Amino acid sequence: MAIEIRSVSKEFKSGKVLERISLSAEDGEIVAIFGPSGSGKTVLLRLVAGVEQPDEGRILLGGRDVTDQAPEARGVGMAFQNFALFPHMSAFDNVASALTAHKVPRDIIRAKVEKIAALLKIEHVLGHAPRELSNGQKQRTALARALVAEPKILLLDDPLRNVDAKLRYEMRLELPSLLKASGSTVLYVTQDYKEAMALGDRIAVLSDRDFAQIARPAEIYQRPATINVASLFGDPTINLMPVEPLSSSIGPKITIGGTALSLPSSYGRMAGKPCVLGLRAENIIVEDTASPESVPVEVVAVTPLNERTLLLLHTNDGREILASEAGTNEAPRRHGAAFARFDPETVLLFDPASGRRIVPQAA
Amino acid sequence: MSVLERGVRGVLIALIVLFFLFPIFWIFLMSFQTNEDILRIPPSLFFAPTLSNYAALITGKLVSNAGTLDIAFMRNLWNSVLLSTASVVVALILGVPAAYAFARFKFRLGEDIAFTLLSFRFAPPLLVLLPLSLYFQQLGLTDTYVGLIWVYQLIALPLILWIVRGYFEDLSPDIEYAYRVAGHSWWRTFTRIAIPLAGPGIAAAGLLAFIFCWNNFIFALILASASKQPVTVGALAFVTASGIQYGQIAAAIVLSVAPTLALALYAQRYLVEGLSLGALKG
Repeated sequence: MAIEIRSVSKEFKSGKVLERISLSAEDGEIVAIFGPSGSGKTVLLRLVAGVEQPDEGRILLGGRDVTDQAPEARGVGMAFQNFALFPHMSAFDNVASALTAHKVPRDIIRAKVEKIAALLKIEHVLGHAPRELSNGQKQRTALARALVAEPKILLLDDPLRNVDAKLRYEMRLELPSLLKASGSTVLYVTQDYKEAMALGDRIAVLSDRDFAQIARPAEIYQRPATINVASLFGDPTINLMPVEPLSSSIGPKITIGGTALSLPSSYGRMAGKPCVLGLRAENIIVEDTASPESVPVEVVAVTPLNERTLLLLHTNDGREILASEAGTNEAPRRHGAAFARFDPETVLLFDPASGRRIVPQAA
Repeated sequence: MSVLERGVRGVLIALIVLFFLFPIFWIFLMSFQTNEDILRIPPSLFFAPTLSNYAALITGKLVSNAGTLDIAFMRNLWNSVLLSTASVVVALILGVPAAYAFARFKFRLGEDIAFTLLSFRFAPPLLVLLPLSLYFQQLGLTDTYVGLIWVYQLIALPLILWIVRGYFEDLSPDIEYAYRVAGHSWWRTFTRIAIPLAGPGIAAAGLLAFIFCWNNFIFALILASASKQPVTVGALAFVTASGIQYGQIAAAIVLSVAPTLALALYAQRYLVEGLSLGALKG
């Protein structure tokens, strides 16, 4: 069932949280709503669930306007961030509560609860009260409660936030197939960009009361709409440095560490205008020997992280650059002089005033 | 803990218990004594126990050296039970939903209404009673159970409202929302989630309200006549022309404390159970 949020605003006493925000999700799509904490992700989810009312705008589920409908009339499944289990009921009754409202026969309830419990590996704790469950089990119980009625629309509010790292990795692997199998349209709130990239068919990046970008994960990573989006995705954070391209006979050039570097000619119109250069750490190649258009740098810190190594580089004009190298086969990287280069095609340019990415244009 | 420490602790606790329970213990002894035994100087722990005080209360015939006197103690006791129980039931029916509303919904003048209800507890009862007794006469409510139960709401309702409100506020609204998102109506969520989870608070408030109603004296003294009065007022009958019947007063106290004591002991385990339910945040 499709979800459509039409220019919805919501204001609390503390100020505006969402301003004329729109989002649509197709039937069966998983949309990850990503943003820093306090950006209104949870509020958006609660608006769709009917737990909060929007100040303006409409919310449509499957083409039906539900803006004025009570939560129980919307037929959505929701997992709350704080689990919100019923403390006076067993885990079984917690999960079954999603079915008891609809006059389902008891044996069918039992069968459905046991099936979803087996899928989420909580069948052995169904008789326990919530206070006897570990955080991971609570989280799975809350998820089971949201899934058991096979809702057409599933709202998951950062369900992996309160669980330990090991379980989070496990669930990040299991959840996509689980959610796809359910066939539900999913809004998945998270503040972990890796989770958003792993789970979302599309990612909606929420920042400053509105979506900064709604796109497929790869597109968000490679072509972020703003500086803000670029720095929210990626570990380590994208390198950002002010530059001013100059035009030359063979296209625009920038100067870093005393070296003139070519930019793709599609950035030609930016010549003479200040820009912010964005360069992902993994797109920087650090070598011992100089090559054309390589910048002399000094490696000042080396952090090996098993599958990759982080390097902190200083250029001779005082810029700091973070580079990331894959692989463990090479000899350990040493501090000292080196040369850095990058593929000009991987460069991102941003407008420093608006923060928006400058789209390359064919000359 | 060493043996010495345990011993000292035991002795200290025994002393404290003795200090606080001594008046009750003494009243308990008095209830088995004749007036002569009670008034003997110096008082003695050794006496011939008698059940005459209890017999007099239960049969309603007070036999003294000045003659026989009718007392309505058992009727008073029944009135106390009826008035307190009915008042608490009415206050719970009105107060629990109101407490929920004050806890969950922000509405115009909400805080003012809640505070006004609490302020009933500030006013000196006599100040309220004098005008009220005039109104009651006009309305025909004087000397009726309905009238008394109504006035008792001044005692029970604010207590229940404010205590239960606090318990509702401690419940995470998300727990209720989760139940509603699962497809349950507002009313079902209130009865299946909110009330059970606030149950210990409701029990505590109900018990306190019951005790306050039970111990009330002035309302019934002014607004009701002998046939509707509770034990607190009925005890005045023991101050007779031929002297104060200390033995019967003591027996009356023992009998009138018994129901509240039994209720408190019964409710205690639910109150304790409630404390352990509180530690449940995800």
